[in-house]
Amino acid sequence: MSPVHRPETVEEQQSYLRAGHSLRSWLFSTDHKRIALLYLISISAFFFVGALAAAAIRLELVTPQTDFLTREGYNRAFTIHGIVMVWFFLIPSIPAVFGNFLIPLMIGAKDLAFPKLNLLSWYIYVLGGIFVLYTLAVGGVDTGWTLYTPLSTQFANGHVLTIAAAIFIVGFSSILTGLNFIVTIHTLRAPGMTWGRLPLFVWSHYATSVILVLATPVLALALVLIAAERLFGLGVFDPKLGGDPLLFQNLFWFYSHPAVYIMVLPAMGVVSELVTAAAHKRIFGYVFVAASSIAIAGVGFVVWGHHMFVAGQSPYASVVFSFLSLVVAVPSAIKVYNWTATLYKGDISLDPPFLFAMGFIGLFVIGGLTGLMLAMLAVDAHVHDTTFVVAHFHYIMVGGAVTAFFGALHFWWPKITGRMYNLVWGRIAAALIFLGFNLTFFPQFVLGYLGMPRRYPVYPPQFQWLHDLSSAGASILGVAYALPLVYLVWSLRRGPPAPANPWEAFGLEWTVPSPPPKHNFDTPPVVTGPAYDYRLKTVRKRR
Amino acid sequence: MNPFWPERASVYAGHIDLLMWAFTGVVALLAGPVFLLILWFAIKYRRGQAADREHVIDQSMWIEVSWAVIPFVLTVGFFVYAAWIFVGLQRAPADALTIDVVAKQWMWKFQHPEGQREIDDLHVPVDQPVKLVMTSQDVIHSLYLPALRIKQDVLPGRYTSLWFKADRPGTYRVICSQFCGLDHSVMGGRFIVMRQADYARWLATSQVDASLAGQGKALYARLGCGGCHDGASAVRAPSLVGLAGQATPLQDGRVVTADAQYLRDSVMAPNRDVAAGYPAAMPTYANLIGEDQVTALVAYLQSLAPARSGAAS
Amino acid sequence: MSTAAERLEPFDLRSQKRRADRFGMFVFLASEIMLFGPLFVAMAVYRVLHPQAAAETARHLNLWLGAANTALLLTSSLLVALAVLAGQNGRRRVVAACLLTAALLGVAFLVVKGVEYQAEYVEGLMPKIGPPSPIAGRAPTLFMSLYFVSTALHAVHVTVGALLLAGTGVGAWSRRLPLPKRAMTVEVVGLYWHLVDVIWVFLFPLLYLAR
Repeated sequence: MSPVHRPETVEEQQSYLRAGHSLRSWLFSTDHKRIALLYLISISAFFFVGALAAAAIRLELVTPQTDFLTREGYNRAFTIHGIVMVWFFLIPSIPAVFGNFLIPLMIGAKDLAFPKLNLLSWYIYVLGGIFVLYTLAVGGVDTGWTLYTPLSTQFANGHVLTIAAAIFIVGFSSILTGLNFIVTIHTLRAPGMTWGRLPLFVWSHYATSVILVLATPVLALALVLIAAERLFGLGVFDPKLGGDPLLFQNLFWFYSHPAVYIMVLPAMGVVSELVTAAAHKRIFGYVFVAASSIAIAGVGFVVWGHHMFVAGQSPYASVVFSFLSLVVAVPSAIKVYNWTATLYKGDISLDPPFLFAMGFIGLFVIGGLTGLMLAMLAVDAHVHDTTFVVAHFHYIMVGGAVTAFFGALHFWWPKITGRMYNLVWGRIAAALIFLGFNLTFFPQFVLGYLGMPRRYPVYPPQFQWLHDLSSAGASILGVAYALPLVYLVWSLRRGPPAPANPWEAFGLEWTVPSPPPKHNFDTPPVVTGPAYDYRLKTVRKRR
Repeated sequence: MNPFWPERASVYAGHIDLLMWAFTGVVALLAGPVFLLILWFAIKYRRGQAADREHVIDQSMWIEVSWAVIPFVLTVGFFVYAAWIFVGLQRAPADALTIDVVAKQWMWKFQHPEGQREIDDLHVPVDQPVKLVMTSQDVIHSLYLPALRIKQDVLPGRYTSLWFKADRPGTYRVICSQFCGLDHSVMGGRFIVMRQADYARWLATSQVDASLAGQGKALYARLGCGGCHDGASAVRAPSLVGLAGQATPLQDGRVVTADAQYLRDSVMAPNRDVAAGYPAAMPTYANLIGEDQVTALVAYLQSLAPARSGAAS
Repeated sequence: MSTAAERLEPFDLRSQKRRADRFGMFVFLASEIMLFGPLFVAMAVYRVLHPQAAAETARHLNLWLGAANTALLLTSSLLVALAVLAGQNGRRRVVAACLLTAALLGVAFLVVKGVEYQAEYVEGLMPKIGPPSPIAGRAPTLFMSLYFVSTALHAVHVTVGALLLAGTGVGAWSRRLPLPKRAMTVEVVGLYWHLVDVIWVFLFPLLYLAR
């Protein structure tokens, strides 16, 4: 590749990237594409903060004693790791970056329904982020990201109130983003873009947005009640004042279980796009894949009690939650089978986006099946609160959602930036992430079953070899995540300009230049056929 | 040490391991083909590779329904079995040896019925159902016995319970598995399962002040409970003889069983559930005594109604 | 200066934007319902578990002031409904008068609430501060905790709503909010106020009418 900086193409000169150069034009932009990039930068910064905390944790766990961190330091490390990764990276990640950038393009609109509200959402996110950074600077919190009472309300040192404020504030960002997406999808679809022709990415974001709007306020209430107890002594969670600590767990998990679907549904939407584009073939079972997103969102609201099987919850309620947790796995399984069937008789290109999609499927399936194990009551009584649970949710959140995030990055990078990156390095990164991830987290399943509790910096010496495998994997994973940073940023200056449709994929976003102009479409598109109509393309090619 | 499962101290633990392995086998059978197919398709149908790509179908109702229903049917049996044995964990047999547990930051206090106390270590006899009745003095903790494959959260202001029957003598681990603050990770000790004779010897040589009920009786006298509750008193207060385990009508019309929770609350928060026909005049003792002392008082009250109180908790 | 078409973006037609604004407010109200919903559920469960404590403790609340507040909010909602109709007919003075009066009634609600809180403080019902409490026991204390949290959270929403009403009323009066062109703004603000009212309509019986 020539080291000479290539001159800008005509498309780049007229794109949204060039519509204003000042800082002001970026920070006050209501263009959904620019806001998506603002989010990309801020969530990446928080990913880095959360990753540093993870590095501290894995470094400490190399030896059975506390020699790198103190016990107090370790408690603060895993707390901040969870809070930052869940609320300041995972929940916004795909929706706020790719949802924002792509939904208007995919449905044929000029922007989201409420562009100014979109910008406000980002500012609210940043404000929440400032509260987190402040909390970190003054010493952090040590309650775990789950903030269980009465530990968090009466016994915790540390800045519970400021972290509760941070989460409360960033929750508004979530709600407003979800609101914006729902109204946009209802009211701004281009002529001919019926619900039955929507890309699956849009369907999954619609389902996600319903959860964002309906579940997040319950978390807000739980945080308000924690603050009321800490500040004013109102005892809704204090048994001595007539309250019940389990009420907090019910409120918290009523939000936090649907929250995991906020994190994984957009990822599944991404994977649907990646698979169908790589296979150059219509997705198998479009209706079922779209409906499964809605089903996951709906059933996801009634399984929260599976986090509380041994918490003192009625065993009969636990039986119901256990059964419903099996039910909620069915639509996820349907997606996996449909993706597989899509590949049959496809015309598959093994580019980085597809490798990330395969990585997602492999890791998500393991995560999902171990979730079924946890949903079995008698098994959970053994492995609850062990690293088995930690491994399970990291397989879904990191092996799943983060891998899909990187897949999305590698798929839509040419569209967003107008540059193509080096595909060989992309494939290396995908493989390294997959290997590093498995090495990091598979040992934790084994450890968990052996009785290694979570949130422990110390352990019996016979567990050390497994912990060391995990920490070694984490170092590989760290390198693997840093790799795209290098070659993707490199492509901004040195990469070849990307055509409008480098992957020959189907979708309205691929009909506009790379990068798109500020107003997305020069002439408003009219949709005349179903989604992923690749046969049409193949027919055209043969002529 | 084998890397697959921790030591088994009970037959039940073996059942859990079997359940886990069987289920792993079933899901491997469901997922394995998917992984293999994806890899195979990726190779066979890769771009530039000649292959039969004709007659593509992109939807099929009966295929969708089958791969939704069949895996569900294959796995639901495991769920039912797991639920059944889990519910069985909640109800201890009548002949269970009851050990009281009080958790506090950051130690476990175990109290055997004859009064033997231990901190962090738990000695139990083999082949004998043991029931743990647990409460916390501060935050939520969780008692985890990996060798038995069981755990139960321990809450403040409430009793939770767990029962087991260990059948392999040995020394295992007691762990706190609900994050409870600074020293959560060092809140634990040894779980020692002993042959009957060894356990009896251990009981005899352990420091015993008095049996739990005896301690409760002494406390009853020291705190002057009889001043209101004994028959000769001028103050109207419910009689406590025979109360434990009895159906008790309350001021608001409800009728509750005077179980351990009720007896504890009557001492620590007496105005919560006032007995019918009596004034709400009893003071709380929450500031004077701690959870382990309440446990002793409850044991004493239960000893005053032996026929019913065995099944009351 | 932006053109009218640019101000409408991303919509092409004003009717589309109106529909989207209304729909957006309904979605937002759904989230507000989920904020108060768990509180209502908690209070309902509490009433089932502790009927006597609920009745006894509720007697410490001032039923007349609570009822007065209910009347204030219901009246203000009526005025807001009238304002919405007037807005659609372009009658800016009527809109301004109705909205500003409704806002004033909202402020009156807050004043009455303040009087109630003051009385509760004097009686010792507030946690941590003030004279010793006349209520003893865990269930009554929990009732008061739920009362303070839910009414305070509601009062915050009344404040926000009153400010929105006042702002919109001033806008209508000064013509900065052209009517009937921007009648949807009145409707959307009105919807928010109606929800604030509906929440009180649930809170009032759950708290005051338990006796």
